[in-house]
Amino acid sequence: MAQLRQLRQQIRSVQSTAKITRAQEMIATSRIVKAQQAMEASKPYAEQIVQALSALVSHHVGIDHPLLNEQPEDRRSAVLVITSDRGFAGGYNANVIREAEALMARLREQGREPVPYVVGNKGITWYRFRDREMVETWSGFSDRPTFPKAEEIGRRLAEDFLKTDENGGVGEIHVVYTEFVSMLTQQVQVRRLLPLEVVERDEAEAKVDVLPAYEFEPSAGAALDLLLPNYIESRIFHMLLQSAASEHAARRRAMKSATDNANELIGVYTRQMNQVRQAAITQEISEIVGGADALADSGGE
Amino acid sequence: MATLKVGLVSPEREVWSGEARMVVAQTVEGQLGIMPGHAPVLGVLLDGSEVKIEPADGGEWITAAVGSGFFSVADNEVSVLAEQAELGTEVDREHARQALSRAQSENDTVGERRARARLRAAGAEA
Repeated sequence: MAQLRQLRQQIRSVQSTAKITRAQEMIATSRIVKAQQAMEASKPYAEQIVQALSALVSHHVGIDHPLLNEQPEDRRSAVLVITSDRGFAGGYNANVIREAEALMARLREQGREPVPYVVGNKGITWYRFRDREMVETWSGFSDRPTFPKAEEIGRRLAEDFLKTDENGGVGEIHVVYTEFVSMLTQQVQVRRLLPLEVVERDEAEAKVDVLPAYEFEPSAGAALDLLLPNYIESRIFHMLLQSAASEHAARRRAMKSATDNANELIGVYTRQMNQVRQAAITQEISEIVGGADALADSGGE
Repeated sequence: MATLKVGLVSPEREVWSGEARMVVAQTVEGQLGIMPGHAPVLGVLLDGSEVKIEPADGGEWITAAVGSGFFSVADNEVSVLAEQAELGTEVDREHARQALSRAQSENDTVGERRARARLRAAGAEA
């Protein structure tokens, strides 16, 4: 009889787990929509800034800005790793960290020294647990990034990029983040953020073949000084938004399969429990019949 | 009469877009009024200033407070891109006043200018 009670208890516990994962799944589903809307809302700005930048660059061929220059003398490379704050998202964080580690190994082979900058609690604890040094960490906004946060990260990275190795600066900046391809597919991406590569031909540029001859107010240099950092921040914001949407999608998938597994388990346990109960009943009946038979046998004589 | 196609965007959303007769923006060197047929310009906005838009439908002037950003004019299209942008009607005055006093106590001139611009855009005393 003890086994029956055990099974009942197990079913109850799996049921409550299923309830939790189901709720998590639904929360994640609704947040994906919000994250997608945020991505959509950030598009006009990103497009405009690319257009303005290409206008600026195409009119001033001899363009020169510290953020565009390679710094071969700096051997340190920053790697910005974008992870989530919370777990329960399947392989989301593991994938990002694996790519980041592979990138760092590649950089080391090239004789560079990778230094991590980490976004998101999960990445921070991963590096801290392994006693690895992190230059800077940010957390608390991975599921709902705001622009001021992207600005903060962008400022810090651009600042470090302009410093030399001796002062804790870096020679290039890579970002590892997760691109939201669709609800079902998210891909870890590795991109070099700085130094910027000026020639980036995409559809937006192809459409506007002849860019108007802009005047600059107050000057082209001042416009570039402002545009480049803003562009970097907008790129980082884009990556944060992509990662947030991916995080929710990964969490939704992980929670969906957890719920499915729990329901399957409940089915298995229920069948086992029924079997045990039926066996007990059968045994009771045969005991009663046997007892009655024995009584009849002894009383009849 | 030709009109301007105006888009006022921040990284997080499109703050305002539509047709307009005139746009007034402030650069480091002073105010700039843009009307249809204006020559192409790419200008840096004064951090913590106002952008004013006169809608083509004859409605009231729209005022927005903007932070760090720029604007571009070409082919009767005006795009104002600012990292912080808020319509005057959306400004939370109480919040802006707090931001102003905080910026004043910390000697944060940019923060102070931004807070003042928000209050001015909201039509409150700054």
